[in-house]
Amino acid sequence: MRALVSTMRAELVGAGGVVERNYYLTKRYIWWDIAWFLWTVANTLTIVFIAKGIEASGGELDVNRTMTTLLIGAVVWAYLGILFEFLMETVAWERWEGTIEYTFMAPLSRAMHLAGQGIFAIIYGLLRAMFLFAVCAFLFFDLAMPNAQFFPAFVVLVVSSVSFIGIGMMMSVLPLISPEKGTQLGFVAQGTLLVVSGVYYPVSVLPEWMQWIATISPATYALDGIREAILEGQGLTAMWDELWPLMIIGVVSIPIGLWVFGRGERYAKKHGKLKRSG
Amino acid sequence: MIETHEVAPLDVARRDAVAAVEVHELRKVFKVPDRKKGRFGRKTRIALDGVSFVLERGETVAILGQNGSGKSTLVRLLSTLLLPDGGSAVIFGHDVVTDARAVRRLVNRVSVEASFFKKMSSAENLGYASRYYGMTAGQTKDLIPEILERVGFPKDRRDESMENLSRGMQQKVALARALLTSPVLLLLDEPTTGLDPRSKLEVQDFIREIRTNHDSTILLCTHDLAEAESLAERVGILDRGRLLALEPADDLKRRYGCGTLEEAFFSATGREFEAEADDDDDDDREVFA
Repeated sequence: MRALVSTMRAELVGAGGVVERNYYLTKRYIWWDIAWFLWTVANTLTIVFIAKGIEASGGELDVNRTMTTLLIGAVVWAYLGILFEFLMETVAWERWEGTIEYTFMAPLSRAMHLAGQGIFAIIYGLLRAMFLFAVCAFLFFDLAMPNAQFFPAFVVLVVSSVSFIGIGMMMSVLPLISPEKGTQLGFVAQGTLLVVSGVYYPVSVLPEWMQWIATISPATYALDGIREAILEGQGLTAMWDELWPLMIIGVVSIPIGLWVFGRGERYAKKHGKLKRSG
Repeated sequence: MIETHEVAPLDVARRDAVAAVEVHELRKVFKVPDRKKGRFGRKTRIALDGVSFVLERGETVAILGQNGSGKSTLVRLLSTLLLPDGGSAVIFGHDVVTDARAVRRLVNRVSVEASFFKKMSSAENLGYASRYYGMTAGQTKDLIPEILERVGFPKDRRDESMENLSRGMQQKVALARALLTSPVLLLLDEPTTGLDPRSKLEVQDFIREIRTNHDSTILLCTHDLAEAESLAERVGILDRGRLLALEPADDLKRRYGCGTLEEAFFSATGREFEAEADDDDDDDREVFA
């Protein structure tokens, strides 16, 4: 029993080490982060301005509502991008810096290694998403959200993060098995996930086969739930239809993600790919 | 002597009873590009070919070999970063494949490249890395400055980015990182390659101190003959994945009837030690280095 407690403590300390490492890196690359955030703001504004553009060209729509809908989509896209970026960096960045061999030969379980990476990604991503939303909604557009329930929207985003991390674990194996093309393939997977999830439009406008994929995408439920909370003022109890699928996908995706990563790691060890670049 | 943190206390009785490293018929092959077979052509290349040896606890053994001889493949197999294609490697009774996590608690390494997050400082790099071995911030608060001081790292540069440090300085931090986790098996893969003479001597002195003052078994892979002879109790010759000999340097010289280790290496392999591989096969062997 004492050995088990000691092992669990060491594992938690190890996961904390991953968070600590990412904190140091964020601190050291803070100007890069600021520049990247400004780029994301510009990108988000471009998307939200589409609603004003349609109105200006004679289209009939509720501009405030459409802008808010687009803003939520852009913020969730940016959030998902951050989560996947951190997970994919589990391998890609370490390979580039040359630390990959030291990390993978440490006695930290892969589950806690990836958990540490995911925890930091969620904390960093949530702070960034909230700031992005506030800057665009209130500083640039002064959007009216009279019924908005921000806490339920936040809960939906947190719950969906578990599923996103599980999928991110699956994607993070790509740079492990293909150092040259893995990261790019991860971007393809991220884009595909959002296209089918109704990031800027209702899922109902998609072809039928895409709608089917949307039912197993956590981003679909995350976007629906957040929009219901902010646009319709729905509380947590009313969002059960979004929350339970997110919980199920989360429970399923984490073990699958770990299994996929484990298979990828074994492949990399078999073929000598678990090493630094250059 | 540095008091290091005991990360994972070994079962002392077991540790004393078993050899530090037991390698039996270890084999590793890689698929490498074959230009003769076109763009996607592949061929099999043997990196390690039935390597067997035993390291006793507390022993320092040097493995000599040219680039591509299989030294780094051996170190990576013992570090659980590669899976063997045949044979076995057991570290203090733990198999590197079936009991990899137990092995990882016992092993650390220093490689030819210092390998750090370059924007982070030495203290930050050592801090997060020690957490992976279960060491809390409280435990490393005093230990990290102490070890950095011992390896001769200037106190006023602890918060400086690694990218601003010389290679010699980075290699000292790499030694400190390895020692921080109290490894009972220390794998040194060309730790002084590319260092200036002064840094090289400092790193070698520190390896001597580890050998003298710590309960560590050391496997040193190098192509520096003088380094091997001065630091190790036994010297092995690894050539094209095959371990040709492993014995004290003087025995090696006697066996091949030579006055120097370089001549012994030449006699054993049939090639000059410093000669770069120039045939087609040896070009491919670079991938194993």
